[in-house]
Amino acid sequence: MSALLKTGSLKMRIIWAVVLIMMCLAPLISTEFRLSLLAKFLALAILAIGLDLIWGYGGVLSLGHGVFFGLGGYAMAMYLKLQASGSTLPDFMGWSGLSGLPWFWEPFRSFPVALLLGIALPALLAFALGWFTFRNRITGVYFTILTQALVLITVTLFVGKQEWMGGTNGITGYNSIFGFTLHSAGTTIALYYITLAVLVIAYVLCRRMVNSRFGQVLEAARDGENRVRFLGYDPAGYKTLAFAFSGALAGIAGMLFVLQVGIISPSMMGIVPSIEMVLWVALGGRGTLIGAVIGAVVLNAAKTGISEAYPEGWLFVIGGLFVTVVLFMPNGIVGVYRHVVRLLKRRGERAHVQVTREKPEVY
Amino acid sequence: MSKSLGKNLKSTKDSAVLVAEDITVAFGGFIAVKGMNLKLLEHDLHFLIGPNGAGKTTMLDVICGKTKPLSGSVKMADGADLTRLREHQIVRKGVGRKFQAPSIFAGLTVQENLTLAAETRRSPLQAIGIRRYGKMSAAMERITLQIGLQDRVETRAGALSHGEKQWLEIGMLLLQEPRVLLLDEPAAGMTDEETHKTGRLLQEIARERSVVVVEHDMEFVREFAAKVTVMHEGKLLKEGTMAEVQADPKVAEVYLGKRRDDHAVAATN
Repeated sequence: MSALLKTGSLKMRIIWAVVLIMMCLAPLISTEFRLSLLAKFLALAILAIGLDLIWGYGGVLSLGHGVFFGLGGYAMAMYLKLQASGSTLPDFMGWSGLSGLPWFWEPFRSFPVALLLGIALPALLAFALGWFTFRNRITGVYFTILTQALVLITVTLFVGKQEWMGGTNGITGYNSIFGFTLHSAGTTIALYYITLAVLVIAYVLCRRMVNSRFGQVLEAARDGENRVRFLGYDPAGYKTLAFAFSGALAGIAGMLFVLQVGIISPSMMGIVPSIEMVLWVALGGRGTLIGAVIGAVVLNAAKTGISEAYPEGWLFVIGGLFVTVVLFMPNGIVGVYRHVVRLLKRRGERAHVQVTREKPEVY
Repeated sequence: MSKSLGKNLKSTKDSAVLVAEDITVAFGGFIAVKGMNLKLLEHDLHFLIGPNGAGKTTMLDVICGKTKPLSGSVKMADGADLTRLREHQIVRKGVGRKFQAPSIFAGLTVQENLTLAAETRRSPLQAIGIRRYGKMSAAMERITLQIGLQDRVETRAGALSHGEKQWLEIGMLLLQEPRVLLLDEPAAGMTDEETHKTGRLLQEIARERSVVVVEHDMEFVREFAAKVTVMHEGKLLKEGTMAEVQADPKVAEVYLGKRRDDHAVAATN
């Protein structure tokens, strides 16, 4: 593959440093509102990286990442809601006629526990789903359909159990964490830096995974699962682990998202958002990691802009984009960038032999 | 496991490394293999022949775990029943399988393909800690020489010729130090020269391992087989040396009676 985006070369190191410095300086030049938006996009980019790991490298398309995102979001929201309610019952429970706190809310009184559960719950759910499907050789479109079913079940459960999870309204009505007001200037900047740091860590971790034997086997299993199996590897184990890690990242993204937005509801984990998430990766360029980040930020920025101007227009744009990406840019923005660079290079030195990627041999 | 197994097997040259007993396989209502027995000896080049649909490939599938039999057992020398294990566990028991079409990773280089095969730390958690691009080990150097790809280590496997791909796959299997090597028509589609080279390679391998080959090319069988098992309609028809098999009237009938145009005809004359 092209070495253009490898972190190894000096040129790329410089570009990376410049981008990171610019990101660090963003709070100086941006308004609080825009900064908070950017932080939200970066949180979503964390999810996109995880989605790229399992889809781009593992070849497993999940249309259920909204659920993992939602579980993380709800874990954080439950903690914040309990803090905001103090010794009284969260308001929506009272409206639904509940007189006592459900038992499973209790652990969320503690921040460390809520944090842990926000990562562990989506990871475990993904692990369980992956374990049973991959082990039984359920792959491709059948797996994708299962993830959609997971979304449907979860959303129905969350909407139906209004007294437990706040129903359609979700969980909202909290505005502080550790005594800091969520929308104050200081908190916004702090949250921005935390999100940026988590994104960088997530990126580095995924990059290391991809550059390890783990990533190699994951890709090899994508291109020839049987051969991998007859080399003594268990592809199901690899896919399950990647999927669980991907779920954990989605959970983390959900927690950061709630801190920035102040609400989580079933509509944010439904079918449409789950499909949108895949589109971030597709538009950015799958199997590149950085493409996922670019795609998440660009598409969400576009969504915010277009929704401000034409509230109904977004769904048409996203539908059109999906068709465009599938038909004309299968490798996304990163793919187009690489193509252009390659064209320029070839114009410069025609003697160079172009290396094209062949289709993997599968039987 | 290989240590204790090795001791047991070294004692007699003819000891069985794998015994398949009373194997029956059904696909839907069709019985592909019926009560088949197969005994694989150490250091053997054992050919499995028979008309199309005789169940040869199915037998290989059963041994390597791809197909689960309706009944019967496949026991290794240490007593482990392979029919109860999953494919990757069977590989770790020392059974390598090569399918008919070359199945290598076309996007990876020859070296990367070999590295993946040579790795012994194969659990996903272990794999995270291992760097993707390993060095050529001594074993890998030796194998590339043996399969004749020593000058193509950096080549993308997809760019190799058909024959070279087949050899690469055999090399990948060898790196796993299998006790039993199952090959399905390894010489199919090869030029005469490549076919001959493959045959010599298999003879060389059989000096250290038990090699089972499913084959239709009777010239090839006659030239290289140490032992031949003829299957017909899912059953064992005859087992012995090529000369013994050729002299058997039942074998002649199966080949001459059913497929007069088959190139196998030549084998029975």
